[in-house]
Amino acid sequence: MSTKTDKIDRLGELTAAKQDEHGVSLWTEAFRRVRRNPTALVGIAILVIFVLVAIIGPWVAPYSPTDFIGKGEVRSGQGIIPGPSAEHWLGYDHQGRDELSRLLVGARQTLLVGIISTLIGLTIGALVGGIAGAAAGLGGRVGRAVDSVLMRIVDMLLALPSLLLAVSIAALLGASLTTVMIAVGVVSVPIFARLLRGAMVAQANSDYVLAATSLGVKRTKIAIGHILPNSLAPVIVQATLTLATAIIEAAALSFLGLGNPDSATPEWGLMLAEAQRFLDIRPGLAIYPALGIIITALGFTLLGEAMREALDPKLRK
Amino acid sequence: MIRFIVRRLLQLIPTLFGLSILLFIWLRRLPGGPETAILGERGTPELRAQIRKNLGLDEPLLIQYGRFMKRMLKLDLGTSISTKREVMTEFLERFPGTVELTITAMIIAIGVGIPLGYLAARRRGSFLDSASVGGSLIGICVPVFFLAYVLKAIFSENLQLFPSSGRQDPTLGATRITNFFVLDGLMTREWDAALDALWHLILPGIALASIPLAIIVRITRASVLEVLSEDYVRTAQSKGLNERTIRGRHILRNAMLPIVTVIGLLTGGLLSGAVLTETVFAFSGIGAFLYEAISNRDYPVLMGFIMIIAVFYVLVNLLVDVSYSLIDPRVRVR
Repeated sequence: MSTKTDKIDRLGELTAAKQDEHGVSLWTEAFRRVRRNPTALVGIAILVIFVLVAIIGPWVAPYSPTDFIGKGEVRSGQGIIPGPSAEHWLGYDHQGRDELSRLLVGARQTLLVGIISTLIGLTIGALVGGIAGAAAGLGGRVGRAVDSVLMRIVDMLLALPSLLLAVSIAALLGASLTTVMIAVGVVSVPIFARLLRGAMVAQANSDYVLAATSLGVKRTKIAIGHILPNSLAPVIVQATLTLATAIIEAAALSFLGLGNPDSATPEWGLMLAEAQRFLDIRPGLAIYPALGIIITALGFTLLGEAMREALDPKLRK
Repeated sequence: MIRFIVRRLLQLIPTLFGLSILLFIWLRRLPGGPETAILGERGTPELRAQIRKNLGLDEPLLIQYGRFMKRMLKLDLGTSISTKREVMTEFLERFPGTVELTITAMIIAIGVGIPLGYLAARRRGSFLDSASVGGSLIGICVPVFFLAYVLKAIFSENLQLFPSSGRQDPTLGATRITNFFVLDGLMTREWDAALDALWHLILPGIALASIPLAIIVRITRASVLEVLSEDYVRTAQSKGLNERTIRGRHILRNAMLPIVTVIGLLTGGLLSGAVLTETVFAFSGIGAFLYEAISNRDYPVLMGFIMIIAVFYVLVNLLVDVSYSLIDPRVRVR
């Protein structure tokens, strides 16, 4: 081990770099830029509010989201769903439950759907993409074969329009919220896999990899310790953006009847999907959860875009 | 060029082969298996056993797969459970509707998106720029089916400007030739029928166009901005070329490559949106039929449609790659 450190020290001498000289890391720099970007701040503000509602929602909700308190007043068959009143600020839903409470409590499930499906996609995608990328960048002939097999499988997933892929998975697993999360997650697997692989292959050609190789660092160590951390930026940006699309896609799956068949636990996508039937009577029932979804998705998108800009080395000063 | 296309076509074979295995496994793993898919929930144990025997489900998997592939290659996709008609017939009857809708959406998205993105880039920082960037960010975040409902509620139910459902007014008694209603109207010179079909396409077309439009605006803007900072644009300007030549030959042509990539990807992806939009507007294309198939658990239809759509999707991507080499001669070398 010590010989390697010696070598690195000697390299330092050769390049005549000062002992204590070091630049700001990409992440520090990116964080500073995100902090100065007004759109990013708007995105962060939206997300902070959203997460806050998701956490404290159940405690501040004025009524239980599952109680059919207004059952007697609601006749959805005859087009009667009472609207906002002093007691029920946003009125009842189609089964006589307090709409505001359902929105407040539903934020948590919605956040969960976004996070879990993104995590599913990110984990599998990064694993496949990471192995393929490492194999392609460093592995010679065997590596290229591993890479091309993995990527062909990813291509196959990409050969299906996302919603149809999700529908196929949902048909397999039956309609439930878990199904929705898995389906939405799997749909994003190829995107993550391709991104990480692409970034790693690009990094494999850089000078520091050459330097590490010539210092005799093991290939697996180069892949995990050097190439991987330098390839993560686009993946993290994509994960932020995927959080937005995951929530929207989950709503679409609910609309297609593949979501949770039991609407007791409120979730915005499901609420929006269910409210479509009562659009003529009470458009608000669709508009509130829709606004929730749009604003939240916007928050993630704004933050993701700002991070993309901040992490782009081309824009670094 | 031809070698390039042939090579790409050959590369499709392993993809489609893998896809067929996936679909084969998928059909076998569905809750209840294929016999439930055919019988629905009401099959008795005897009937199930009979069907398993008829379908050869008691034979080795490899033989089953061979038979499955043979049917696929003969384009025999089985019979729909709910309509009792051939899946292929159902598909061919509905596909033109979806193609019409997709083309409409793409015309809207490209026709508005590229000029808007270009102008936003040229007037960077202007109101138009911020409005189109902001609008496109919001556009991506609106669920398509919700937008479709909103458009329908405002423009057809309240303002009564557009029809709210279907592909054409059935009382017109339009002649059918190709099942492309607009084209049929033009071919038979039934102008009112063509116009009516076109009128039915506008609202679903806009709903379907929303996401591609948003993405095209942003990609065009980014791509044009990048090209604008190139030396050759400055050279072209300083040697006094007129604005039109610079725009067409120097900026747009070079900015086109990423735009075409995205357009290609989006065209395939439009099928996802079509399922939602067609359902809202009761527009009888493959999307609305897929929705019914999902709710009826009509597995033969689901599988057949998914297979055909996958092939179609892959072919669209091939077209994109080919158009690359037409736009950018450098790609041809590889």
